[in-house]
Amino acid sequence: MNDKIKIIAGLAIFVLIFTCPFWINGGKAKDVPKPVLSEKALAAKTCVLPKDEMAKNHMQLLDGWRNSVVRNEQRVYIIKDANGIEKEYDMSLSNTCLACHTNKAEFCDKCHEYASVNPYCWDCHVDPNVKEASL
Amino acid sequence: MKNRRDFLKVAGASALGLSTLSAGNAFAIGEHFIPADQTKKKDSVLEGTRWGMVIDTRKLTPEIVEDVTHICREKHNVPDCQLFEEPKKNKEHHEIKWIWEEHFHNAFPNMAADFLAKKLEDTPFLVLCNQCENPPCVRACPTKATFKRPDGIVLMDFHRCIGCRFCMAACPYGSRSFNFQDPRNGLVDRKPTNPDFPTRMKGVVEKCNFCAERLAVGEMPHCVEVSKGAITFGDIGDEHSEIRLMLEENYTIRRKVALGTGPSVFYIV
Ligand code: HEC
Ligand code: HEC
Ligand code: HEC
Repeated sequence: MNDKIKIIAGLAIFVLIFTCPFWINGGKAKDVPKPVLSEKALAAKTCVLPKDEMAKNHMQLLDGWRNSVVRNEQRVYIIKDANGIEKEYDMSLSNTCLACHTNKAEFCDKCHEYASVNPYCWDCHVDPNVKEASL
Repeated sequence: MKNRRDFLKVAGASALGLSTLSAGNAFAIGEHFIPADQTKKKDSVLEGTRWGMVIDTRKLTPEIVEDVTHICREKHNVPDCQLFEEPKKNKEHHEIKWIWEEHFHNAFPNMAADFLAKKLEDTPFLVLCNQCENPPCVRACPTKATFKRPDGIVLMDFHRCIGCRFCMAACPYGSRSFNFQDPRNGLVDRKPTNPDFPTRMKGVVEKCNFCAERLAVGEMPHCVEVSKGAITFGDIGDEHSEIRLMLEENYTIRRKVALGTGPSVFYIV
């Protein structure tokens, strides 16, 4: 009636297998990707909203844009920037966001890959910067 | 006794309030709208009370019909189903149609035209979504993806289409097409794909949108621009408009009016 060794060995193997993702990665988390800003974005300096707000809420903004355009027939977005100057944007995913963020792969996709989100927008919306492919 | 009554009153009132709250939510379209003071239309926007179209079939030639259908397909990224690889055997039966050529007999099947004028036998007719005043597709749509705008355009919100095809069954004009496969398979010859208008995806329905995206920036629909005067577009809700004058001066017919859909596309024959 002494299975102590077997039980402990079993437990040890279990713990080892259970925690193997940590051992394989050497205990380090994958580096948070740095979205690369395109030349155009760098020149523009600011996004539609302040950076933090964009990082957190760009999906809500896009949702609002598409509802306003398709259902409310409003195509122009008016927003005061940090200096209180009123700016106008054409509410378009392909022709505003991607006209400034011309590097979808290094910007949007890089972040989304890390966060494991896969927006289905590109099944329909065309990346205007990809000239030769039909996608 | 009094207490119980009061309780029932309050409970009833709250139940009513709660039920209207949830009903309000059920009708809300999308979670996020931009506040009205943060949006506006383009200054150049064309606005109307009921957009309509007059097609003067006397002026239609095979060349104009070709130009019209071609520009529409190109500008809206409408796929060419002949380019689909699979399934080969019913390629001929698969078509995505916005505006297309039809014979008089098929466009107006309810007109008993036994001894049709030779002229009409030979004329190519152009048919498209009729942008009905009383659109059956809108009533059939369970997600409100198809809706009627205040200016009369029956528009699709592709973001909300779940591909149930009730609208196709409801439309008496065959103006709607379903994407049985990725429409980009039928765009492989177009490089680049027009980035100004999104393509569609597998599993959604599509149809003519009266070029809503053009009116929003102050331009006439593509088909009108290349029609060499055969197609007139305008506000049929405005009695002083050019299109109303045309309707006054010419005898026009519409497709299947007896169904009560109120088509906004008129034909001079
Ligand atoms: C006129 C150019 C321009 C347009 C248009 C634009 N952006 Fe930006 N965007 C920028 C710039 C510049 C930054 C970096 C801001 C900073 O560093 O303060 C940025 C930052 C961002 C960020 C945050 C990145 C991070 O590192 O956290 C997101 C997300 C983003 N943009 C998404 C969008 C989306 C979505 C749209 C369309 C709705 C859009 N942008 C339109 C220029 C633009
Ligand atoms: C700073 C990192 C970052 C950048 C840069 C970024 N995104 Fe995102 N995006 C996210 C995250 C994280 C989510 C998921 C948020 C969630 O699920 O709550 C997301 C979600 C979205 C969604 C919603 C997806 C869905 O299925 O609901 C859309 C649309 C989107 N992003 C568009 C863009 C576009 C377009 C760009 C480039 C112009 C962009 N994003 C750049 C981090 C980013
Ligand atoms: C089934 C195809 C389809 C999908 C998927 C789709 N869209 Fe769209 N979207 C359209 C069409 C068509 C329009 C109408 C364009 C017009 O009228 O100019 C549109 C319009 C828009 C607009 C306003 C106009 C413009 O040019 O951008 C925004 C913003 C938008 N969509 C955002 C999104 C986002 C964000 C996603 C992903 C979460 C998405 N869409 C997914 C088809 C699609």
